[in-house]
Amino acid sequence: MTPLLSVQGMTRSYGNHLGCSDVSFDLYPGEVMGIVGESGSGKSTLLNCLAGHLTPDAGSVIYDTRGHGPRDTVTMSEPERRMLGRTDWAFVHQRASDGLRMGVSAGGNVGERLMAIGNRHYGDIRGHAIDWLDRVEIDAGRIDDRPVTFSGGMQQRLQIARNLVTGPRLVFMDEPTGGLDVSVQARLLDLLRGLVRDMGLSAIIVTHDLAVVRLLADRLMVMKSGRVVEHGLTDRVLDDPQHAYTQLLVSSVLQV
Amino acid sequence: MIELRNVSKTFTLHNQGSAVINVLAHVDLDVRPGECVALTGSSGAGKSTLMRMIYGNYMARSGVIRVGGVDLVQAEPREIIRIRRETLGYVSQFLRVVPRVPTLQVVAEPLRAIGAPPDRAEAQARDLLTRLNIPRRLWSLSPTTFSGGEQQRVNIARGFVHPYPALLLDEPTASLDPENRDIVLGLIETAKQRGAAIVGIFHDTDARNRVCDREIDVGRFTPEQAA
Repeated sequence: MTPLLSVQGMTRSYGNHLGCSDVSFDLYPGEVMGIVGESGSGKSTLLNCLAGHLTPDAGSVIYDTRGHGPRDTVTMSEPERRMLGRTDWAFVHQRASDGLRMGVSAGGNVGERLMAIGNRHYGDIRGHAIDWLDRVEIDAGRIDDRPVTFSGGMQQRLQIARNLVTGPRLVFMDEPTGGLDVSVQARLLDLLRGLVRDMGLSAIIVTHDLAVVRLLADRLMVMKSGRVVEHGLTDRVLDDPQHAYTQLLVSSVLQV
Repeated sequence: MIELRNVSKTFTLHNQGSAVINVLAHVDLDVRPGECVALTGSSGAGKSTLMRMIYGNYMARSGVIRVGGVDLVQAEPREIIRIRRETLGYVSQFLRVVPRVPTLQVVAEPLRAIGAPPDRAEAQARDLLTRLNIPRRLWSLSPTTFSGGEQQRVNIARGFVHPYPALLLDEPTASLDPENRDIVLGLIETAKQRGAAIVGIFHDTDARNRVCDREIDVGRFTPEQAA
């Protein structure tokens, strides 16, 4: 089987400060990988390099494109990379306002990505938007409301709808449940889990919440000071951590 | 079906003075289809540790753990996930579920994961929940608020809804009343008849004597401790 994403030697620093260093892994279709680590461990830098938001200093990100097979997204042209970002990839930001257009209606937010890939039929686009609002449990009656009138949890669900409407194969998520109430988090996690299974999505989820990765991720990468210190099956890493830092991380979680 | 060769397990506690705890060494074990093997030994002997290694949840320090032909010590995460989905079931003592997901879906999930249509998966889940005396009015609720015995039966239903060729059972009858205990032992016997290879931990001696073909005292794998 060809990996969907094959990352080799991903390195990025900010002047003398190391972002991430020599990170390599393969992600296979349908796999969900979590990346955990403390603030400043380089996990968000890595995610942004993978998604093409930051240019790495070294390394390659080979993606198995639908049309042309494996391509290095670091060296492909900017328009090609942007097209990938609008169609086959999705990026869920921690703050919904970074991933949504706050002045545009909910339906417009979902429809915009469809229009970007060439949909022009208003009725079809609105139909898709209503379908997706329903899938993320937003009442269709809110379709013409702007996201500023939504709660934080609803905004996050709208961002997910906007991202998934084009049927991407790979989703990047940066702290998708960060800043939400615990009760809202559970609902969002349940929703994401269902979507990942039903759509066969591959995903890379950056979070500092170990409960989130336990529920969503098949495998886990632990980062510290820009480097991967441990990598493996999620429940194995959490229940039998091998590296000193992972042991500290796991034992620092308060028991409820 | 389940085959262990020269397996050892060490815990290194890096943040507690790098203490090294040797738990198990030279573990050899074979479980054939249709056979149920009980792990015995005193508390702390490593029964649960051994079972968790067979599930790929704990990392063996050395050796080979083969389930359905795949060595779980060397396997990639996605291979372990596939083996767990298709071949190896595990009934743990604790139910770990996503809040909000109804009991019926929790039990049907292993079948959905191998691609069974929703109606067939739910029909089989309903059948097992009925056999295990989980009241129908609870099926649409999340099991997180259920009693200990109910949660355990939901866990058992989940573990038996798909006919796994290999099964790990960690005290499956621990918090059950006599009637439900009898039903669970019946499920184990049926699984053996269809050819499942089973490894179990049973503190309940009568239950162990009824379903297990032999016992392995895990204490015999305790390594010599350097003084």
